Amino acid sequence: MTDRIFNADTTPVLALGYRFQWEPAQDCYVLLYPEGMVKLNPAAGEILKRVSEKKQTVGELIAELKEAFNGADLDDDVYQFLEEAHDNDWIRPE
Amino acid sequence: MTTTGSDQNKAPGSTGGAVGMNVRDSIRQPLWLLAELTYACPLQCPYCSNPMDFASVKKELTTEEWINVFRQAREMGATQLGLSGGEPLTRPDLIELIREARNLGFYTNLITSGVGLNADKAKEFKEAGLDHIQVSFQASSEDLNNLIAGTDAFQHKIEMAKAVKAAGYPMVLCFVTHRQNIDKIDEILDLAINLDADYVELATTQYYGWAMHNRDQLLPMKEQLVRAEAIAHEYQEKQKGNMKIYYVVPDYYEDRPKACMNGWGNVFLTVTPDGTALPCHAARELPGMELPNVKDLSIKEIWEGSNDFNRFRGFDWMKEPCRSCDEKEKDFGGCRCQAYMLTGDPAMADPVCTKSPDHHLILEAIENGRQEAEKPADIAKPLVFRNPKNSKEICGL
Repeated sequence: MTDRIFNADTTPVLALGYRFQWEPAQDCYVLLYPEGMVKLNPAAGEILKRVSEKKQTVGELIAELKEAFNGADLDDDVYQFLEEAHDNDWIRPE
Repeated sequence: MTTTGSDQNKAPGSTGGAVGMNVRDSIRQPLWLLAELTYACPLQCPYCSNPMDFASVKKELTTEEWINVFRQAREMGATQLGLSGGEPLTRPDLIELIREARNLGFYTNLITSGVGLNADKAKEFKEAGLDHIQVSFQASSEDLNNLIAGTDAFQHKIEMAKAVKAAGYPMVLCFVTHRQNIDKIDEILDLAINLDADYVELATTQYYGWAMHNRDQLLPMKEQLVRAEAIAHEYQEKQKGNMKIYYVVPDYYEDRPKACMNGWGNVFLTVTPDGTALPCHAARELPGMELPNVKDLSIKEIWEGSNDFNRFRGFDWMKEPCRSCDEKEKDFGGCRCQAYMLTGDPAMADPVCTKSPDHHLILEAIENGRQEAEKPADIAKPLVFRNPKNSKEICGL
């Protein structure tokens, strides 16, 4: 692994040209970008929903997720996903 | 994927048999709607993919008819909308179409030459909900660009690329490469870097429509491609994290065909300016097409039930060597239009494939291109530019 991009104080935002939305026909959240689409699994959808809805730090985002999902221990999963999403150019730190 | 359980599916024309469950179950939803809003275009690019007889199309769909198409395709699950042409900016209702498409939830892509665009329009389109503008360039230098485009648009394109970025879109540039500009690939990429582009597509000319007519003059030579590919990869490495460079090898030099349209009637739907629905933008030229029109039938009826869209779905239509090929699920036998143009039969293997008995046709085309390239300029075949006059003359309209 290279250096981590995100820590509790970083604010992730969607990369330029990316749009996040619910797709009824796909029954999942998707990321849309120039001439392409990524279907997101439920966990990725919940994280990126919070990235796209409002500007908040990773720390705040994790706190919100914990509240929504009964205090589940999900810190590592969120960080891992954010790094992967960054590697894919879906998000960037503000 | 849930499709209807109704019995709309008719027998595909190519097999004459009933459509088995395997075919119906394999009908997916359209994901991509390419709306060719118009064939009007201020440019005359000799590699245009529009049909040679585009001048015969007089009546374009109205604003309401287009919006109706968008709504139906969106309801079926399409997410990507390409607003294309011709030059879509020649449609005075473009902003209204963008607004409606965005309200419906489409990711809206404007595919333009930039001619007819200005900074204010780029901003207004953004406010109306346009997600992405792709500006096409014909070359990296003014002289060559203008020669190929048949008009002096180069400086304006540069300004428009900048205006697109300034209006808050990602800058997406498309260079169509061919024998006459591919040696300038480093200049093309330097231009993109100077413009601070986000995405650069080095789109190799595909030999359909006008490009097929001009193939001998446009098909690059192997040594040109080897060089261009090396340069493209070098820039890809250097620009990692800054600018994404897409480079696709022309299929004439591949061993296996492209998975054309990701499979016939699988994810891609084109609607032409007069409302004809096609599984791909070149399919109008195939023999035996019924060419359903969105003015007569719903998109759902066309997508699920028309003979045209069912004709090459699944694998039952295939002949050998495709039928028993273990790679058929990867490339679907390649491109039906290319198979037809080169062999006269759209159900044959795409001759690009080295397993095809017709592969020699590709090698001959490459050889013809080489002979043409080696001719002195004064006896070389001139490029035939895409314009209404040539369309009428060549097609006897």
